[in-house]
Amino acid sequence: MKTLKDIKPSETATVVKIYGEGRLRRRIMEMGITKGCEIEVVKVAPLGDPIELTLRGYDLTIRKADAEQIEVE
Amino acid sequence: MVIRIALAGNPNSGKTTIFNKLTGSSQRVGNWPGVTVERKEGKLRGKDNAKIVDLPGIYSLSPYSPEEIISRDFLLNDQPDAVINIVDATNLERNLYLTTQILEIGIPTVIALNMMDVVKKENIQIDTEKLSEALGCKVIEITALKGEGVSELIDAVMSVVGTDADSKLRYSSKLEGYVSKMEEAMRGSVSAEAERWYALKLLERDERIGKALSADLLAKAESIVASMEDDLDNDADGIIAEERYAVIGKIVADSVDKGDRKKIETTSDRIDRIVTSRWLGLPIFAAVMFGIYFIAIETIGVWGTDWLNDYIGETVMPAAADWLGEAGVADWLSGLIVDGIIGGVGAVVGFLPQMLVLFLLLVILEECGYMARVAFVMDRVFRRFGLSGKSFIPVLVGMGCGVPGVMSSRSIEGETERKITAMTVTFIPCSAKLPIIALIAGALFGQSALVAVSMYFIGIACVLMSGIILKKWKSFVGTPSPFIMELPAYHMPVVFNVVKSTLDRGWAFVKKAGTFILLACALVWFLSTFDWGFNMVDAGESMLADIGNSIKWIFVPLGFGDDWEFTVATITGLLAKENVVGTFGVLFGAEEISEAGEEIWNVIGRMLTPIAGYAFLMFNMMCAPCFAAIGAIKRELGSWKDTGKAVLYQCSLSYVLALIFYQFAHVIKGYGVEPWIVLAIAAGAALVYLLTAKDPFKIFGRIRSNA
Ligand SMILES: Nc1nc2c(ncn2[C@@H]2O[C@H](COP(=O)(O)OP(=O)(O)O)[C@@H](O)[C@H]2O)c(=O)[nH]1
Ligand SMILES: [Mg+2]
Repeated sequence: MKTLKDIKPSETATVVKIYGEGRLRRRIMEMGITKGCEIEVVKVAPLGDPIELTLRGYDLTIRKADAEQIEVE
Repeated sequence: MVIRIALAGNPNSGKTTIFNKLTGSSQRVGNWPGVTVERKEGKLRGKDNAKIVDLPGIYSLSPYSPEEIISRDFLLNDQPDAVINIVDATNLERNLYLTTQILEIGIPTVIALNMMDVVKKENIQIDTEKLSEALGCKVIEITALKGEGVSELIDAVMSVVGTDADSKLRYSSKLEGYVSKMEEAMRGSVSAEAERWYALKLLERDERIGKALSADLLAKAESIVASMEDDLDNDADGIIAEERYAVIGKIVADSVDKGDRKKIETTSDRIDRIVTSRWLGLPIFAAVMFGIYFIAIETIGVWGTDWLNDYIGETVMPAAADWLGEAGVADWLSGLIVDGIIGGVGAVVGFLPQMLVLFLLLVILEECGYMARVAFVMDRVFRRFGLSGKSFIPVLVGMGCGVPGVMSSRSIEGETERKITAMTVTFIPCSAKLPIIALIAGALFGQSALVAVSMYFIGIACVLMSGIILKKWKSFVGTPSPFIMELPAYHMPVVFNVVKSTLDRGWAFVKKAGTFILLACALVWFLSTFDWGFNMVDAGESMLADIGNSIKWIFVPLGFGDDWEFTVATITGLLAKENVVGTFGVLFGAEEISEAGEEIWNVIGRMLTPIAGYAFLMFNMMCAPCFAAIGAIKRELGSWKDTGKAVLYQCSLSYVLALIFYQFAHVIKGYGVEPWIVLAIAAGAALVYLLTAKDPFKIFGRIRSNA
């Protein structure tokens, strides 16, 4: 399974499914990461984690461990 | 009757800016009951009968963070007459997610479409008419920054008060089928306006919504949710979130024209590409932090504070004493006024200059958008210690003074991280603790600089260890929220907002912490000035000396419990840490005492072994901070009970560390084995257990559930 964590900076992917549960999962979706949404991975933080995303016209940061819960294609 | 209007919107949508424009200068700032989330309220400009309540910035009306709970409870239970929903027009899709939920609550709503200046500059066309029609509420274009559209907004919101406010937003017909079923199931149990809200929240399996409903109804609801999940082949919360975004997507596609579709790189994008880049991110971060340290702690800030403290101590207090003496006021009363009250007030306002400088710099960082990047850059280092990347700033500021250090933890979003930061910042030696270090280093260690350096290391180690320990104490600090954070676009800070926020924070400190500091200082002053017969005496014969004598045994295992002076000095350190040296000066009969206490190095050198002196230093660095800092911690933790826990934790940790150090050093130095070593070993084991066990605090949970 390919997840958002595997996407390289300045590449774009489309969300397939959100795993995880409860608060984290809800939060991910509330911020606009839902099925079919296009996400660009902009960059990785200087220390290697978290990563910066652009989606729905704004920038978001998320930890790699959480990005792993997001299946993309 | 007063009309109440709630202001709701995403963080960074311009809420503060618009709130200032709507209310002018009539504002009341406080906290929401029971939590440390700021509550602001003000009169609507030009309308005597309308009041604006600023809700916290949120992305959704979920039941998770205190901010979200406050907002929905207010909208649902306090029934404001209207809602102004601020929407950042440059970021429509995500902002409208909250809007869909607000509309469902059934309160008349006006949308303030903010940042229109940016929209126009970027050549984006927004058809406000269409947007308004699709959402079923008024939409007013504004540029909060310049005050454009504000009077139209006020007119619009006044005109919707009292009107019917059913949400016109409709989702897919499948979902709407379940919404109708749900509404039918609960008809009569909730008010007609809020029916749609309850239905959707139940369909989403919201944890909090059930509180107001009967078990019977909840069981029925659950079966509807289950059949919906089956039918649509997705989890309930996923279904609702996707449907919301789908509707929003359609609305935005219909009413917004982004011009040529290619993504344009904005100025903000260009800034961000450099500021948080792989190679320059850390150097820029270091430079910004050094800038803060230099301006607030090395130069301007500390000059201001030193000047004001000197002025109070050397000019105001002697002048007042002279004046009272000439007026024939009794000695004890003059002492109370000058040393107790003026000295106490001085302890509060003396902090102000440095604090204001620090707040000014931090507010600028927040307003321009860099603060979020601090979290982005430092998250990796701090998160394993239960802290936020933003915790770096309080720790840095804490090197100057713990009070603004604690207060600057406010900018941390996560409540857990915020609380842990607020109660650990004061482990870092602040500038007022440096004289104590100089005293011990001078008296016992030949002025070795290593003493000071080691104290900073121990302080930082304490912050990190405490992070690991405290984050497991869930009944106290809560469960951390997921780190999924917006990186807002960079903005030029607005002078008015910056100045206002800075002064607000300074004032909050004076007002809230002020009374407590004043009382606490007056109490210690009283104890150290009078004996039990209420005669004015030297500190050596005072009540405090007796108290010191009767509790000094506590410090025997730490090596400095034989002489009461060390206990008394520790207590007066609560007023302000630099008092420790001054107290020794008085108790050991030095005529004058310099800052580092050279005059008494000999005495202390004779009374303490170096390891006892070091243990004394460890304890004094890390135990309860001064009253001013305790007052600041109270502000961030919200209650005296939690503040008490925090102070107890700090004292315990410092005691345990000093104990372990002293007892083992005693053996290593060849002074022999003291029986207390058993205590030291047990304490060490407990510490290791707290650091390594998965859930060491579950015992508290058990006690609570038994009670
Ligand atoms: N260009 C522009 N910037 C704005 C406008 N309104 C607010 N801002 C800026 O957006 C940033 C966030 O605003 P603020 O009021 O602090 O948002 P809050 O987080 O919702 O309280 C600040 O830097 C403001 O100066 C506007 O209408 N146009
Ligand atoms: Mg704000």
